[in-house]
Amino acid sequence: MNNQRRSFLRKSMAGSLVAVSVASGLLTPSHVLAAWPKAAFDSKSVKDAMMGLLGTEAFEETNQIQLRTPDIAENGSVVPVTVKTKITGVESISIFALENARPLAISADMSANARPVLATRIKLGKTSKVVAVVRANGKLFGATKTIKVTLGGCGG
Amino acid sequence: MAKKKLKVRASGKKGYAVVKAILFHPMETGLRKSKETGEVIPAHYIQEVSVKHKDAEVIKVNMGIAVSKNPYLSVEIDGAVKGDQISIGWLDNLGESASTDVTVS
Repeated sequence: MNNQRRSFLRKSMAGSLVAVSVASGLLTPSHVLAAWPKAAFDSKSVKDAMMGLLGTEAFEETNQIQLRTPDIAENGSVVPVTVKTKITGVESISIFALENARPLAISADMSANARPVLATRIKLGKTSKVVAVVRANGKLFGATKTIKVTLGGCGG
Repeated sequence: MAKKKLKVRASGKKGYAVVKAILFHPMETGLRKSKETGEVIPAHYIQEVSVKHKDAEVIKVNMGIAVSKNPYLSVEIDGAVKGDQISIGWLDNLGESASTDVTVS
């Protein structure tokens, strides 16, 4: 039995509504963990997206995060992004594309057994700064990189 | 179920496993317009991806519309060794889902 997960579940039952739904079997435990942060993903501004997802827009710029991307992306619809960090106790890794219509691209919640690495491919509407935000031990760290896009990838 | 919905490979390293997945999905943003009709193509994208190691959720990924078509995802799991079971599942905004199990090789 994974003790951390147990305690997390207990904490998340603080909201009585959630507790009731769980008790009545409406939600399986995985759904309690799995609330997709709709407001954050629907936000059109970076500030709202960060506030919605992380509760603050302030993060500490650090060189402990490796944000690996191409400098120039020929095709904005497929831009490989790798985030890697040496910071310990990572709870989540999120990637924001500042110029996109919806800045929040992806956010991964990590348990203790996950190594702090996330690689994926994102779309960029145009040349944009990309920010990787890592939450570790309740603190936020970030790394920023500008990616030049020669052909946009978000409709148009 | 003719079309494969996800492809996953998990390879064991020293003390951890690298899990690479391609999820086959259109990832329609809801902002694009069809060239023929000029109508907005409705949003259809993956919202949640869950990576489990031996039935315990290790990583939960939330995706937005800015993730590329047929999303690629690579994560690493500590303590996963050869022969362990890793399962990956996704759920999109229309309620469609798919999942698969792989063994760490």
